[in-house]
Amino acid sequence: MSDNVLVITDTSFDAEVLKSEKPVLVDFWAPWCGPCKAVGPIIDELAADFGDKIKFAKCNVDENPLTPGKYGIRSIPTIIFFKNGSIAEQVIGAVPKTKLEETIKKVVGESA
Amino acid sequence: MSKPEYDLIIIGGGPAGLTAGLYASRSRLKTLMIEKLLPGGQIRVSDALENYPGFPDTITGAELAQRMTEQAGKFGLEIETNEVLNVDFSKKIKKISLPDKNLSAPTVIIATGASPRKLNVPGEEIFLGKGVSFCATCDGPFFHNSVVAAVGGGDTAVQESIFLTKFAKKVYIIHRRDELRATKILQERAFANDKIEFIWDSVVTGIKGGLTNVDTITLKNIKTNDSKDLNVDGCFIWVGTRPNIEFLENALELDKDGFIVTDSHMRTSVAGVFAAGDIRNTPLRQVATAVGDAAIAAFSAEHYITNL
Repeated sequence: MSDNVLVITDTSFDAEVLKSEKPVLVDFWAPWCGPCKAVGPIIDELAADFGDKIKFAKCNVDENPLTPGKYGIRSIPTIIFFKNGSIAEQVIGAVPKTKLEETIKKVVGESA
Repeated sequence: MSKPEYDLIIIGGGPAGLTAGLYASRSRLKTLMIEKLLPGGQIRVSDALENYPGFPDTITGAELAQRMTEQAGKFGLEIETNEVLNVDFSKKIKKISLPDKNLSAPTVIIATGASPRKLNVPGEEIFLGKGVSFCATCDGPFFHNSVVAAVGGGDTAVQESIFLTKFAKKVYIIHRRDELRATKILQERAFANDKIEFIWDSVVTGIKGGLTNVDTITLKNIKTNDSKDLNVDGCFIWVGTRPNIEFLENALELDKDGFIVTDSHMRTSVAGVFAAGDIRNTPLRQVATAVGDAAIAAFSAEHYITNL
């Protein structure tokens, strides 16, 4: 896992995500999920490209059941973009890098 | 015109793409395989492949994908993670457009496979990821001790429903006919499973729920026309597949369901363009058939180049 991607837990979620000044991308994943393995490396690459504009985070739903429960996540991978403590965008399922790039640009307010 | 970058470009990296890559690399064709996510395709979500020969103790889709990728790489297959936006097959040298560049080759094998088909009923889109799912291995663990519906009667529906019983306390299999299409051995297991109950002759006409969860599906019996609501926490949909052809834009002849028409040499309606695996108009979509198609497609591509 890249150093640019923060590991989020149920305990740190509030401080690191909801109270973050920058927008945050959280990748909800689990080790038993095949498609999550496809998304992981894409998130690492995006973190290298967009890390200055947006905070990148991963949350293992097996070890941290409270946060996905709170947001009604019943499918992974789910990627949620948080801005000022609330959900700005949500992407469900494994999608290509281009789709996530588009969403990131939308969240940080750049034209795609 | 500048020289094409490759002899062969394979679009799609499931079992068909990886096998075509293996054969083409061994034929010393300069080959690139383009995969938009991770090599493996649909089998990545399969918990156990029981009908791919050579693995009597079964193998997971992810592991088979990993092994196929390694094997093709050993013979020099180049793999790029990228997404094909569109293609131009109008000239002898085929052009492939990616977000960051264009590539060209005299031959192309299309192996982009298929994706789960949707029901197209109200609620399906809204509750996707909130109780509506197409993947038992991804989402089954979220339905611990829950009641779920599984729609469909083929191999995928029955096999995945059996997998769901590891988590759910009850799985209703909802099927529009009064018998299953699934392989007999899967039927036997499903009928013997206490947690599985069948609802025959029925289709789902709607999915309802709260803000973040499903609570009811509406079923219609197609023989009596009666409708009723069924309380469930989740609805898994396995009603067949649709071809991944968005980037093709009428470049090739397709059948009425959108699958690519080929002959027995895997040739499509355009010379130099071949298709293999689930994307093809084939009577059976399995790993075993995809790898067979792909070996022929790579052989045909080599033959085509030799005779240029």
